[in-house]
Amino acid sequence: MNLDHHILTLLLLTPLVGAVALVLLPEREGSKTHAIGALAVTLLTFVLTLHLPYHFNYAAAAGSFQFEQNLPWITLGTTGNGIHYHLGIDGLSLWLVVLTGFLAPIGVLASWKTIQHRTRLFYTLFLLQQVAMLGIFVSLDLFLYYGFWELSLVPMALLIATFGRTENRRRAAIKFFLYAFIPSAILLVALLWLYARTGTFDLPTLQAMAAAHTISPSWHALWICSLVFLVAFGVKVPIFPLHGWLQEAVTEAPTAAVMVLAGKLGLYSILRFSFGIFPLESRMVAPWMIALGAIGIVYGSLIALIKTDLKKLAAFSTLAHVSFVVLGIFTFTVLGVDGGIFQILNESLIGAAFFVLLGLLYERYGTYEMRDYGGLATKLPWIVTMFVIVTLAAIGLPMLNGFVGEFLILSGGMQTYFPHHILWTIAATTGVIFGASYMLWMIQRVFYGSLGLRPQEVKGWDLSPREHAELWPFAILFLVMGLASPVWMKAIDTYGARAPHAGFPDCTPPNHCEMRFVVVHAREAR
Amino acid sequence: MSPNLLAVLPELLLTLAAVAVMMLEPMIAPGKTRRPLGWLAIAGTVAAGSAAFYQLHIVNAKGPITAFYATIQVDAFSVFFHLLIAAIVLVTLLGSLDYFEAPITHGGEYFALVLFGATGMMFMTSSVELLMVFIGLEISSISTYILAGFRKGRATASEASIKYFLLGSFATAFFLYGIALLFGATGSTSIGPIATGLLTTQTPRLALLAVAMVIIGVAFKVSAAPFHVWTPDVYQGAPAPVVALMSTAPKAAAFAVLLRFLFNGVGGYRDHWVLLIEVLAVASMCIGNLGALLQQDVKRLLAYSSIAHAGYVLVAFSSCHQDAISGVLFYTASYAAMNVGAFLVLTQLSGFDERVRSLDDFTGLALKRPGLSALLGFFLLSLIGIPFTGGFFGKFYIFSAAIQDGHAKLAIIGLINSGIACFYYLRLLAAIYARPLTDTVHRIAPRRVTAPAALALAATALATLGLGILPNRLLHLVERAVPQTLSTASDGKSQ
Repeated sequence: MNLDHHILTLLLLTPLVGAVALVLLPEREGSKTHAIGALAVTLLTFVLTLHLPYHFNYAAAAGSFQFEQNLPWITLGTTGNGIHYHLGIDGLSLWLVVLTGFLAPIGVLASWKTIQHRTRLFYTLFLLQQVAMLGIFVSLDLFLYYGFWELSLVPMALLIATFGRTENRRRAAIKFFLYAFIPSAILLVALLWLYARTGTFDLPTLQAMAAAHTISPSWHALWICSLVFLVAFGVKVPIFPLHGWLQEAVTEAPTAAVMVLAGKLGLYSILRFSFGIFPLESRMVAPWMIALGAIGIVYGSLIALIKTDLKKLAAFSTLAHVSFVVLGIFTFTVLGVDGGIFQILNESLIGAAFFVLLGLLYERYGTYEMRDYGGLATKLPWIVTMFVIVTLAAIGLPMLNGFVGEFLILSGGMQTYFPHHILWTIAATTGVIFGASYMLWMIQRVFYGSLGLRPQEVKGWDLSPREHAELWPFAILFLVMGLASPVWMKAIDTYGARAPHAGFPDCTPPNHCEMRFVVVHAREAR
Repeated sequence: MSPNLLAVLPELLLTLAAVAVMMLEPMIAPGKTRRPLGWLAIAGTVAAGSAAFYQLHIVNAKGPITAFYATIQVDAFSVFFHLLIAAIVLVTLLGSLDYFEAPITHGGEYFALVLFGATGMMFMTSSVELLMVFIGLEISSISTYILAGFRKGRATASEASIKYFLLGSFATAFFLYGIALLFGATGSTSIGPIATGLLTTQTPRLALLAVAMVIIGVAFKVSAAPFHVWTPDVYQGAPAPVVALMSTAPKAAAFAVLLRFLFNGVGGYRDHWVLLIEVLAVASMCIGNLGALLQQDVKRLLAYSSIAHAGYVLVAFSSCHQDAISGVLFYTASYAAMNVGAFLVLTQLSGFDERVRSLDDFTGLALKRPGLSALLGFFLLSLIGIPFTGGFFGKFYIFSAAIQDGHAKLAIIGLINSGIACFYYLRLLAAIYARPLTDTVHRIAPRRVTAPAALALAATALATLGLGILPNRLLHLVERAVPQTLSTASDGKSQ
């Protein structure tokens, strides 16, 4: 038996079986049984995900999927070829799977002390969330994908509703769920419409049909369908005007949940499904999305500047960071898309590290209010070191990972052929400056100056060995990813290099005019 | 075995068991437990279910059985509903064996009435003669009227029973009047002759009026808006296990009648009645979901949710795609699994005197009863339509068929509605998992779940999960059931 054919199923089963096992374990007040169990399961999952980059065939034809498994699952009446259990990954999803595996044990460690009660519920939901996220990244059947996509909402909403910080938690959870669920319900209509047209839920087949313009002759229907996809994914990212749920959810969610709350799922889905099935429509909407990306960067950074609650600041900095990715991927240039995907990894890692650190401060001082802090640098040297490293990565200091992503994205923004791209790229670049301001200002206010009120009252302590174990992997990764980005880019580029002309098999448009020609030509071909 | 006997074998076994329960009931001293009668009823239901399996075997081998001068037709379609009703009744009986904490007088009648009701419902699904359908409808309705008021001495119970009885009689009158008018228009009350009679009728308007009246009668039974007003009050007042039964089994039977009547009987008038069905569907979905948003009482909330779910099923009636009809069958089955499950959990939580009623009473439930909370949460997720549950796949199947048939608007309305719906389900779910309010936790029954009830809960949960993950088996059964019965229906329209 070759592991390559079953590795993805195994990846999904490990946390699932782990979750079931945790449910069956009896719960005792104050015992660490469930935390240890969850740690073991997530570590095992992480080790399994590492199988993928080692055995990934980088030379394989770009656009093909690897580690595939394709079994018929449900036959649907008289029509179409039904639903398949189709898994597989390519250069786009490879590192996202590993990233998901990597963040999980850290999430468990970060909850080690903060979650004392109802540990069984917490870790079970955490593992289910893990299953759903991995499922999203490896599903190649739209039905299966949609299943995991919706499933990912449930543990998250319950984690927020049950383990949220303030009395506002139920409201935040329901808001989060509704925001994501209603567009997803309409997404289901779009999926069913696609199935009615094409008789298949298989992504590679649909991509081929999209490239051949055989999905539907109706220009309007395809256009509406693509927008439905984009909105459903955009809410989850969140893209600029759809971010209404973010602040409350981030404020309430426990550290382990907030680490995986925003960003990668939605962005991956846009790249995989919006771009894959609607190559033409995605390009038509790209100028708008570039604009929204740039607006999101500036807006998120400006709001973050005035927030004095650390979690709210983090929420808007998340918005700014994911907007960078949106800007990058919608340039449809090799640099922009490569950088965008790389930045998804960065954003997830930096955001996660930042939230872990905020959690540590909260654990010690019980507040996220910046005004209550101050002058911590001398008392907590290790924590401040970590904070500075994360900040430098977030603001894109050369040699650290954030720089690579931002640089590629902004270069892509300058290269692209969409109208007003230079204007928007310049606007986005100012976002980098604002980003540096709010992060550095935050460092100054929390760690320097005179000793704040809370630190006077409460005796803090520096990093414990467990907390060192949570943070050092991040710090090392930031440096390695900044210096040796080709390790990651090698896989990402198998996807990104095709991005400019994916969905247009006959053309390799390097510039503006030819691209326009492709769009017009394809529209006439309909 | 003579075909007549074979055709009504499940109903016959149920009736025998029910009569036996009635006769044994007075022999048990007042104040003694009625559990043996419950076990007898369960044995009767199992026998009826096995008989239905036997019928399926015969039907598969030799084709449909017609009996009693072609008033009864047993085919894969009716056997499917026989099995479904038997399963619902079985699970409900298992779940309510220990429902009567302090044995009340004449507790055995409860079991007999459930069986009589099931007999009526089974008759509804196998009759192809509208008067026979009417008799089945009455048998099932009258039993349910009594069951609705079974918590005697409580104002809400009496309200439920009387309200249900008065409005229900009104609706059956509509149904009967519709049959009479159809007889006037076509000269028959049998579904086959009605279809042919409609082609040559001199009074098409009368026939249309008749069709509308029959639809209204059935719409009341499935609690489709605007004929839903009884539902919240009745569900609130009736005992929880009775609601589990009456929110699923009679509805399934009524949908079966509606399928046969609309597609086999008056399929020729599809262009006329389809608009009516669409209005009912949209009204039910919107009124059900919006009404549920305002509810504080959990049983009322689930009542409005059942109105909305009737709307989802009616969406399938609007398309003539064969998958839509299989979708109705699949949805009734998956809805039965999750809704019976949810009400059985309520039964376990609140007991006979219904200590746990409002959303606030559920706050912090998960800490006190983690197992039951997880089950209720799972059923709620299925009702929302979260993937990998039966509820999701049912919706998926129905809306898929609607879109295949060009009813994208209905599908969009339906799915937006399911988005609205998740708000009230989530409110309950979030309350269950929230930190407890100190004064509410005491109301939750500390009782252990008994073995039969645990079995019933496990069965519904497994069915809900199984229908979501591996629906193939039921889909095959459903797809076999549809073409045999409704071939005439889909022939005319699938061009």
